[in-house]
Amino acid sequence: MNNQPAQHQSRIGATLARHREAGTMALVGWQTIGFPTIESSRTLVPALIDGGFDLIELGVPFSDPQADGTTIQRASFEALRQGATLSIALDTVRILRSDGITAPLIFMSYYNPILSRGLERFAIDASEAGVDGLIVPDLPAEESDALIDALDRVGIDTIFLVAPTTPQPRLRAIAARARGFIYCVSLTGVTGARQALPSDLPEYLARVRSFTNLPLAVGFGVSRPEHVASLRGIADAAIVASAIIDRMEHTPPETHVQELRSFAKSLRNAADGVS
Amino acid sequence: MATVSPSTRAATPAEATRPGRFGPYGGQFVPETLMPALAELIDAYDVARHDPAFTATYDTLARDFIGRPTPLYHATKLTARAGGAQVYFKREDLAHTGAHKINNALGQGLLARRMGKERIIAETGAGQHGVATATVCAMLGLECIVYMGEQDVHRQAPNVFRMKLLGAEVRPVKSGSRTLKDAINEAIRDWVTNVNDTFYIIGSVVGPHPYPTMVRDFQSVIGRETREQSLAQIGRLPDAVIACVGGGSNAMGIFHPFHADPSVRLIGVEAGGDGVSTGRHAAPLSAGRPGVLHGALSYLMQDGDGQVIETHSISAGLDYPGVGPEHSWYKDSGRATYVAVDDAGALAGFELLCQTEGIIPALETAHAIAYAAEYAASRPSSEIIVVNCSGRGDKDLSTVATRLGVTL
Ligand SMILES: Cc1ncc(COP(=O)(O)O)c(C=O)c1O
Repeated sequence: MNNQPAQHQSRIGATLARHREAGTMALVGWQTIGFPTIESSRTLVPALIDGGFDLIELGVPFSDPQADGTTIQRASFEALRQGATLSIALDTVRILRSDGITAPLIFMSYYNPILSRGLERFAIDASEAGVDGLIVPDLPAEESDALIDALDRVGIDTIFLVAPTTPQPRLRAIAARARGFIYCVSLTGVTGARQALPSDLPEYLARVRSFTNLPLAVGFGVSRPEHVASLRGIADAAIVASAIIDRMEHTPPETHVQELRSFAKSLRNAADGVS
Repeated sequence: MATVSPSTRAATPAEATRPGRFGPYGGQFVPETLMPALAELIDAYDVARHDPAFTATYDTLARDFIGRPTPLYHATKLTARAGGAQVYFKREDLAHTGAHKINNALGQGLLARRMGKERIIAETGAGQHGVATATVCAMLGLECIVYMGEQDVHRQAPNVFRMKLLGAEVRPVKSGSRTLKDAINEAIRDWVTNVNDTFYIIGSVVGPHPYPTMVRDFQSVIGRETREQSLAQIGRLPDAVIACVGGGSNAMGIFHPFHADPSVRLIGVEAGGDGVSTGRHAAPLSAGRPGVLHGALSYLMQDGDGQVIETHSISAGLDYPGVGPEHSWYKDSGRATYVAVDDAGALAGFELLCQTEGIIPALETAHAIAYAAEYAASRPSSEIIVVNCSGRGDKDLSTVATRLGVTL
């Protein structure tokens, strides 16, 4: 069941295919909905895209973010304090679309807020708002049939994670279900910026590659231009999340547009091999 | 009486449909990084529980280290005070370290050693599971790290000191509500990071498959003994079995061996906090709806957006927004009934047991005692009620003193 990826070319698929044809690497950026305020993503998502990000992950805050390190935990708790919810995340996407944002927008949400809304209702609401993909960090392939069915019906990509611990038979099963791209968790651990990426990343990515033609996007720990540069040629996309939140925590809110645009540019240059 | 090894249990009908599912509840909702570790654990546990050497080691240590079997005690003074059915206590408070938690910690500790994992992590609320795990790790020579919510570190200070004496490292958790739920989140994050050499000893019938089944199996020694003792001492099965429900391990441990005895009523008592009607409580079976937290689908205290709600209870061990998935199934299928007792009721139950029987119970247990006294009063004297006396109350003296306005 669910072994046939959707036939249509999604916005995510088209964006990553364009990069593959051009021989360039795509960049996936991050905003936690509601951090530092409910309104902030309306200006910060365009800033990230302006600076060179191609796809944006929007984090739906959750009370119990088990797969996240301290940075995204803090952003998530603050966002909840600001009153952010799944409904507000959907509103944000509607606003971004009406502002003319055409880049793929991907929700990252723990399962319970989605389940609580109802899978069918979530799928319909998300597709009407303009969401392109969904990543659920606590939903392994085994538990995902109902969600894939609901999202396939509205053309939203269900994106799966693989980890360095994932053995080959699981890689095969996950690849068979995956839509959009495969989210390769770079390391054995939770989200959060790291000094360096694991040295065995090329072998791990080659292992994943042997099971799929889908684009491979590498995330967790990817936080510096040199990390992004090191992924050139071995990954289709680099995902940068905690490092963006770190920047926002260390700078005053009125400078965030500027900060994120220039951070995005430095990562874009690294992805393009421009020094 | 010989203790019976965990391998003798039969699968429930719900489990037969799909491993790790109890009706619709249970499952494995965890990050991908942990999925291979869960598969490894399922296999290792399955081999171990069919290995006579493993079960013999467990049974010997259950007898000589934990002090099993624990007695079934006829509480005649409490019975007289309540003025109805005969009340018996299954004395888990007499188990080594003072609560039922050690039955499970021993089983998982032996499994960890067998799997060659030398680094143990655990979460704890009341500190009883932390103490039990630290104790087993000291005995088996394993490294032990216990995550505990900062609020619980304060209200269960004696247990923090006990864990340290036993050589464990206690890591206070400052995120979220700073209680048991957040300690589990942090333990899961540790496990995700150190999964290759670390064994996570979960303290209740919660978490992803196989934990709810495995913890229930290790705790079922309580119900198996109770069943044999009832037949031997009373000549028949009890009419009702009552236990408090936090995550639900002492309750499932005493319930499960009776699940195929329809004449035995099973009653779980949740923490009513300030009162279930106030919303400030820890009673997901009484007032929650199904959701996913900590790896399983089960009843959960959550708001309309699917965010987990902060809980309130005088008892750290019951102060948890979720509950084991098998209890959710017992509730929906009608096999068990779940009620709530509030903080004031629990304090009354605490004092009642101290004064009538000379037993100082844990505040968790006090919830079951309070309901049992009320329930006994409504039943004829010919009926038999067994209450799981899940733990002793030494750890709670300062909380109780504060509530009673006494300075120690
Ligand atoms: C004495 C005692 N009883 C009950 C509990 C609640 O846990 P469970 O519902 O898993 O038995 C605890 C937890 O700390 C405890 O210490």
